[in-house]
Amino acid sequence: MGASKRQPSTRTMPSGLSDTAALQGAAADSARRKRAYARHYWPFVVPAAVVVFAVIVFPWVFTLWMSLQEWKLGSGRSFVGLANYQRLLTDDRFHWSILRTLYFTALAVVIPVVLGIAAALIFNRKFPLRGLMRTVFILPMMATPVAVALVWTMMFHPQLGVLNWILSQFGIPPSMWVYDQSTVIPTLVLVEVWHWTPLVMLLVLGGLASLPVDPYEAAKIDGATGWQAFRYITLPLLAPFIMVAVIIRTIDALKAFDTIYVITQGGPGTASETINIFLYLNAFAYYNMGYASAVVVVFFALIIGLALLLLWSRERFKDAVR
Amino acid sequence: MTQITRRDALRAGAALLAAPAIVSQANAQSAFNWRRFAGERIEVSLTANPRSQILIQNQREFEELTGIRVGSEQIPEQQHRQKFVIEFASGRPSFDVISISLHVNKRQVGRAKWTADIKPMMADATLTAPDFDFQDFGAGAVAYSTQADGRMDTIPEFTDYFILYYNKEIFQQANLQPPRTYDELYETARRLTDARAGRFGFVGRGLRNANVVLYTSFLLGTQQRDCVDANMRLLTDTPDAIWAGEMYKKLLRDTAPPGVAGFNWNESQTTFAQGRAAMWLDGVGFATPLEDPTRSRVAGKVGYAVVPAGPAHHHCAMFGTGLGISAASNERKRGAAWLYLQWAVNKTNQLRFLTSGAGAPARQSPYRNEEAIRTSRFGRDYFTTLIESGRIARPGLPEIVPVTEFRDTLGAGLTNTIGGADVATELRRATEAFRPVLEASERAS
Repeated sequence: MGASKRQPSTRTMPSGLSDTAALQGAAADSARRKRAYARHYWPFVVPAAVVVFAVIVFPWVFTLWMSLQEWKLGSGRSFVGLANYQRLLTDDRFHWSILRTLYFTALAVVIPVVLGIAAALIFNRKFPLRGLMRTVFILPMMATPVAVALVWTMMFHPQLGVLNWILSQFGIPPSMWVYDQSTVIPTLVLVEVWHWTPLVMLLVLGGLASLPVDPYEAAKIDGATGWQAFRYITLPLLAPFIMVAVIIRTIDALKAFDTIYVITQGGPGTASETINIFLYLNAFAYYNMGYASAVVVVFFALIIGLALLLLWSRERFKDAVR
Repeated sequence: MTQITRRDALRAGAALLAAPAIVSQANAQSAFNWRRFAGERIEVSLTANPRSQILIQNQREFEELTGIRVGSEQIPEQQHRQKFVIEFASGRPSFDVISISLHVNKRQVGRAKWTADIKPMMADATLTAPDFDFQDFGAGAVAYSTQADGRMDTIPEFTDYFILYYNKEIFQQANLQPPRTYDELYETARRLTDARAGRFGFVGRGLRNANVVLYTSFLLGTQQRDCVDANMRLLTDTPDAIWAGEMYKKLLRDTAPPGVAGFNWNESQTTFAQGRAAMWLDGVGFATPLEDPTRSRVAGKVGYAVVPAGPAHHHCAMFGTGLGISAASNERKRGAAWLYLQWAVNKTNQLRFLTSGAGAPARQSPYRNEEAIRTSRFGRDYFTTLIESGRIARPGLPEIVPVTEFRDTLGAGLTNTIGGADVATELRRATEAFRPVLEASERAS
């Protein structure tokens, strides 16, 4: 190694110089080499730095700058400081959009995760036609969200949709599905559950396949029941996989736009207007670029907050398992 | 702040009156040549609809006539609006010709002067075909294409009137006539509603934003008629506005199918086409799918009538599209684009619009073409309704910049009324929410 090669030169130094001085000289030599390395090889970093600056740093700085402007496309632009943020504080529509986003996200994460784990446990067992059933189960995940949304829209029609016809066959009164303010969010979650439960199932199924057999054998010898084996062996060992599924689902649910926009456009009224719909309308229907940028900044802060919360939960969960 | 002053209005009126004279004078000294810009290429950006389809299908006629090559695109309406606003704002739009929904973007485009004034080109005899016949355009359509300062920055292409579709079979069985007033409309709808049989007297837009044009149809029948006054002050919480809101609420709540709060035009169309609703109030453009026996159970049974009258006036809501020329294009492309506009709105294409059911043309001559009307798949009452609607038409949305925000804010309140909310409270809340937006927009003018 470089350091060991340099050591002999310190031994040939004139007497009177301490070992410390020799070491300092070696360190200075190493630093010089590093500087020379940086001087010669920095161009290799430039492409990556340019890309990062262009697609991450610049858009962010520009968005922050825009959030301080009153800027409507087609009109002039003026600096307004924090006025857009002040407006957000008093905008009821924005506050409701945050609450709806959190409500939608909570349902669209918890339900697919629970159902996905259950499905993975079922598909992990051996039974006839298991491969075919697995394939059929993951088909919804492969469908294009907009196409899926259009099909569901037809199925939700209160008079002509197939869902109410099915309900009527069982003597159940018709539902208004996405056509009523009180049922619209749970119905949109239903689409998300249908679409994304297979993804959770796949992730958890991968985890189940990698679990060791020994702990189960030991538990069996100790007389553990099936539930105890699941609760104290399977679940803790699956925890990292479940956490990955939760994180992916949370990101997906927070950014859900296409399905909601195609099916309800945020309606009826504003009953399904999540932050993404609110943001889209402000930016591309009302052309309030300054205000929309302020919404983006706040939304980003919210996502960072949620991500930190998830990471903290993950660490806590790990500690608990240990 | 720029406001429409009386002088502006007089100037615009004078310009309108003078336009035909300018054109005829220009034509008298004509040295017009369709091939003047041969070899040029222009880009045309259209909204996706049957009219654009007709233009694109026939654009070879124009290319052979002029030697100008045309690159056309058609994009769904909402995305198209976003595209052209962003491209115009960038200063380098990718198109030379653009279709503009006047009921949404007229004021925005006019304020920013994104499209060129057509009048100087129309007055230039070397640029305008002798048979262009500007006087053939309906006065309402020309006024809709003209800005308050007198600039005409689009050529009228199409006018969309709200009309009353009714199921003739249901009406004959009940021995009823189409309603002539909004009160009659409600009473008739109530009599024809049989929820247990899955049949409803009326269907219409309940979805936020889309529903405002149904509401303004009722408002147009009141003394007040419009949503804003001459000084651009909001009038959406007045007694007349509340009357229109109550009419909207009781029609959709008492006589429309459950779930109508989430209905846009497509759900309304499906409901009417399946014979589940006796009446539907919406734009003229839906006659084609309703008369298509492969898609509709009421084909051949659809009656057409002008919208009923209100307590003080009788107007139908009018919406429209105009074709504009990008002001950012160079002079030669602008010239080629003007030739394209003349071809796009010529009498042949406008007649194609009418006879194919693609919508109501902005020109008057197609409505006088007896041969085309006789051989059309639509009944005579369809054409009579269009002509009558043209006589009583009035813009269905206020000519303000934040139209979409207005529709969203007011529309959310209207949707709430279908659920049982108090009309006056919802309209007052919507008015208070939108007033500062409108004031800020007017200050920026």
